[in-house]
Amino acid sequence: MTAIDTQSLPVSRRSGTRSSYSRHRRETVFKVLGLLATLVGLVALAALLFDLAVHGIPRLSWDFFFNFPSRRAVIAGILSAWVGSLLVILVTAAIAVPLGVSAGIYLEEYARKNIFTNIIEINVSNLAGVPSIIYGLLALGLFVYTFGTGRSIFTAGLTLALLILPIIIVATRAAIRAVPQALREGALALGATKWQVTRDHVYPAALPGVLTGVIIGVSRALGETAPLITIGALTFIAFLPTPPISTEPPFISFQWLWDSFTVLPIQAFNWVSRPGDDFHANAAAAGLVLLILTLSLNGAAIYLRYRLRKKLQW
Amino acid sequence: MASRLTAAQRRAIRVREWIIETLLFLAATSSVLVTLGIVFVLLYESFVFFEHVSLVDFLTDTFWTPLFADPRYGILPLVTGTLLSTVVALAVAGPLGLTAALYLSEFANPKVREVIKPALEMLSGVPTIVYGFFALLFVTPLLQKIIPGLPGFNILSAGIVIGIMIIPYVASLSEDAMRAVPQGLRDASYGLGATKLETAVRVVLPAATSGVAAAFVLGISRAVGETMIVAIAAGTQPNLTFDPREPAATITAFIVQVALGDLPHGSIPYQSIFAAGLVLFLMTLAFNIIGFWLRAKYREAY
Repeated sequence: MTAIDTQSLPVSRRSGTRSSYSRHRRETVFKVLGLLATLVGLVALAALLFDLAVHGIPRLSWDFFFNFPSRRAVIAGILSAWVGSLLVILVTAAIAVPLGVSAGIYLEEYARKNIFTNIIEINVSNLAGVPSIIYGLLALGLFVYTFGTGRSIFTAGLTLALLILPIIIVATRAAIRAVPQALREGALALGATKWQVTRDHVYPAALPGVLTGVIIGVSRALGETAPLITIGALTFIAFLPTPPISTEPPFISFQWLWDSFTVLPIQAFNWVSRPGDDFHANAAAAGLVLLILTLSLNGAAIYLRYRLRKKLQW
Repeated sequence: MASRLTAAQRRAIRVREWIIETLLFLAATSSVLVTLGIVFVLLYESFVFFEHVSLVDFLTDTFWTPLFADPRYGILPLVTGTLLSTVVALAVAGPLGLTAALYLSEFANPKVREVIKPALEMLSGVPTIVYGFFALLFVTPLLQKIIPGLPGFNILSAGIVIGIMIIPYVASLSEDAMRAVPQGLRDASYGLGATKLETAVRVVLPAATSGVAAAFVLGISRAVGETMIVAIAAGTQPNLTFDPREPAATITAFIVQVALGDLPHGSIPYQSIFAAGLVLFLMTLAFNIIGFWLRAKYREAY
């Protein structure tokens, strides 16, 4: 067949197949549609940011960060909420990071291919799909009522740690898998033990990837609301937890672990479920603070991963 | 070097290696303990619940009123609420996610993809409480202008926002599946004179079917378990309905509602959140297993 001048053919010439002109026009139409569909999500994100900013920014002031919640919307603040969030995240990271990274190292470097390893692998990917509120039920039934850890900062931190454990395990495994085998063999050939190889060579090489997973996990924990509501986090806290440092011996206190608490998302939830624009403005402001925190963490993780992919040319 | 170590030193090294391996192994088993804990708590508390409520009533009664003086425990209204919000979410995320995946995988130039993919991922980094605020105070008022008489709480608004939330899951996993389709299939299609679009829709998409299906199923699983968006924007009134314009509680919204009140430990309404949780767990488990199986299938294919 000789080349067809697509422009000169009638659009609807049908001889069994569509004309080349209309076929190519469809292509252009789809390109535009595809780009639009891809952008819908981003437009929604922009609308969300804009909406929060419009309602929330007028409320953002020094007082808002350093006032306790109040029955009067205009003087209410997020002091107990951000302190609570910070402490809960500290507990979460202290539990989830060592546990998740160790599990990831074991599964990638040590585990033999057997039924048990298989069970652990399937289990981890299944856990990643369990809704967060189910972790809340686990914490309520097991930690709060069976182990008696109460509705405390410790219980909250532990619950969120279990929630982000699969995220950290999966990220650690992926990072370790990307370390080339030659690195291990080189170290082993020089007489290093398995643990020395892992600690001194594999783990440092995998660290940026592990860090990406940890940041994503922490950001997820920071924004979680449902499991903490389930364990009975209070929504109105007008005091701070016990300070970790005191002037009397032994100077360091862990009493704060057992204090009741509130966190940023729960404070925002409390405000959004009240009627009235004043409280909604507070909710927008608290949501904005939370959103900026989680988006910067996510942005950092995405940037880290992007740089990693460019740099990693083993 | 190694030969200069004394027997005692060598033994010490072996012991240390063994201790470390054991510790790492214990860390790995902790994830299994979490699953066992979840299954145990849900089953144990539900068992107590089903001593007072018959399983038949639970599955067939059309009213869920555990907090009323005359309590009835029919899970159906909560299940329909959950499924309805999921259907709405999928109606949003399905077409958008799939089109975006086709575009990113087959049409977008690499530079555009490098920018858009991370930006889309940001959508999954937004806390659900913020999405809830957005649904209640932005999307609902907007919808009320289009649909007069739409109540302040409704499934439609919550479902749309859940849909936006799961776009990155659907798009990113679908795109992975499409990119896994070997270039040879595309080349063969071009060789027969097909355009890029025809190749994308009739060759790449069918070849990536199981991966795309897995993406959808995992998106569904996310939507089913979503809590804060529905608790804020869809109301907490159990309502057996198939009309997304009505308010209706989901399983998750009910659990939140009960947790916010101060129910005595061990009462039947308290147990009911575990029974509801068990149903939710089984639903998401089913979807996750299907998704896992589908993904394993497409990995095998090429």
